[in-house]
Amino acid sequence: MSAETIEKSVAVKPAEPLLSKRRKKLITDPLIDDNPVTVQVLGICSSLAVTTQMQPTLVMAISVIFVVALSNFAISLMRNTIPARVRIIVQLAVVATLVTIVSEILKAFAYDMYKELSVFIGLIITNCIVMGRLEAFAMGNKPYDSMLDGLGSALGYSWIILTVAFFRELWGSGAVFGIPVFQYISSLFGPDFKLATNGLMVTPVGAFIILGLIVWVQRTKTGYVEH
Amino acid sequence: MELFSLGIRSIFIDNMIFAYFLGMCSFLAVSKKVSTAVGLGAAVVFVLGVTVPFNWILNEFVLKEGALTWISASMSTIDLSFLRFIMFIAIIAGIVQLVEMVVEKFSPALYGQLGIFLPLIAVNCAILGGCLFMAQRDYTLAESAVYGFGSGFGFMLAIVLLAAIRERLKYSMVPNGLKGLGITMLLTGLMGIAFMSFMGIDL
Repeated sequence: MSAETIEKSVAVKPAEPLLSKRRKKLITDPLIDDNPVTVQVLGICSSLAVTTQMQPTLVMAISVIFVVALSNFAISLMRNTIPARVRIIVQLAVVATLVTIVSEILKAFAYDMYKELSVFIGLIITNCIVMGRLEAFAMGNKPYDSMLDGLGSALGYSWIILTVAFFRELWGSGAVFGIPVFQYISSLFGPDFKLATNGLMVTPVGAFIILGLIVWVQRTKTGYVEH
Repeated sequence: MELFSLGIRSIFIDNMIFAYFLGMCSFLAVSKKVSTAVGLGAAVVFVLGVTVPFNWILNEFVLKEGALTWISASMSTIDLSFLRFIMFIAIIAGIVQLVEMVVEKFSPALYGQLGIFLPLIAVNCAILGGCLFMAQRDYTLAESAVYGFGSGFGFMLAIVLLAAIRERLKYSMVPNGLKGLGITMLLTGLMGIAFMSFMGIDL
């Protein structure tokens, strides 16, 4: 008997496989078709403020992935014991605890980043994606599925804010991840050549306009129309 | 005089929406009609104006490093600031609940109008953001009260202005992909440019 057939016989189990088609959909759907930012209009709140540069945005994205996935998991475990009337408070308590963990970890291991993100790490608590997913999915689904759902939503959110940050940093300060790309390109064309940066991109206005344009491109591609 | 300039600053220059992106979710979702925008704005002004000073008291006498000295001198080294998030959000949720009950009792008409928005304010980033900024910038009690009301008015101003523009927008031709969120973001960007002109004012 070859190794292949053994693997097959293991795979055929009555329980749903760890990454079945349905579960993969939970992760991939929020990336494009049901994106939390561009389609559901959630979570634009605080995090746009950190998108002037790629690096803090990446930290923010990782923190949000951590908080959304684990809070979905935790609330889903408790979903049958939470009384409906106080569920918002219970959810907030769980989320606030997770965010406190993130904030303390950053304070201990990346103090500069902690200073730079300042209040915006705390504002993950009120990020609408977290509460939205808890209310819409985790309160009625099994823990593992909820975790995947949270992961998917947070990834959909992450790529949007990373894209915004990429354009803002590139056009605003002429760099990507702190590497001065514009300077390198300018030096290729001789000493008198200089690529100009646009200061407006660093201000909040740049974020609004870039996000508006991303939404336009994305919705035109998926054909989604809001009425 | 300093309090006055702090108030002006928090309304126009450090505007919650245009400078810090706080409260964007409700800003986008509830700005379709001027009347509801005014209702939500008023609720935010009130809740911010109450919670920021309230959280200041909590921060000053319980959470800050050495804040517990008033109980006994031996507790002067205790630093509970890591509890800030969870305590602030608990206070906010509690006060919102209280406001909801008070409004329901004394003004059922306003309650009917605000109905769905009131509980949502508990998870409005502008409220928690205002409280965290207050703690970070070491305001005094009077300053934090002025800051709370000021940033609330800033939010109200922004959302009412946007709602007015969106009411007019119904009659214009917007490309399909840009309808709703897209055009609103671009509009907010343009309004942000207008608000940037306040930055030159030295207070």
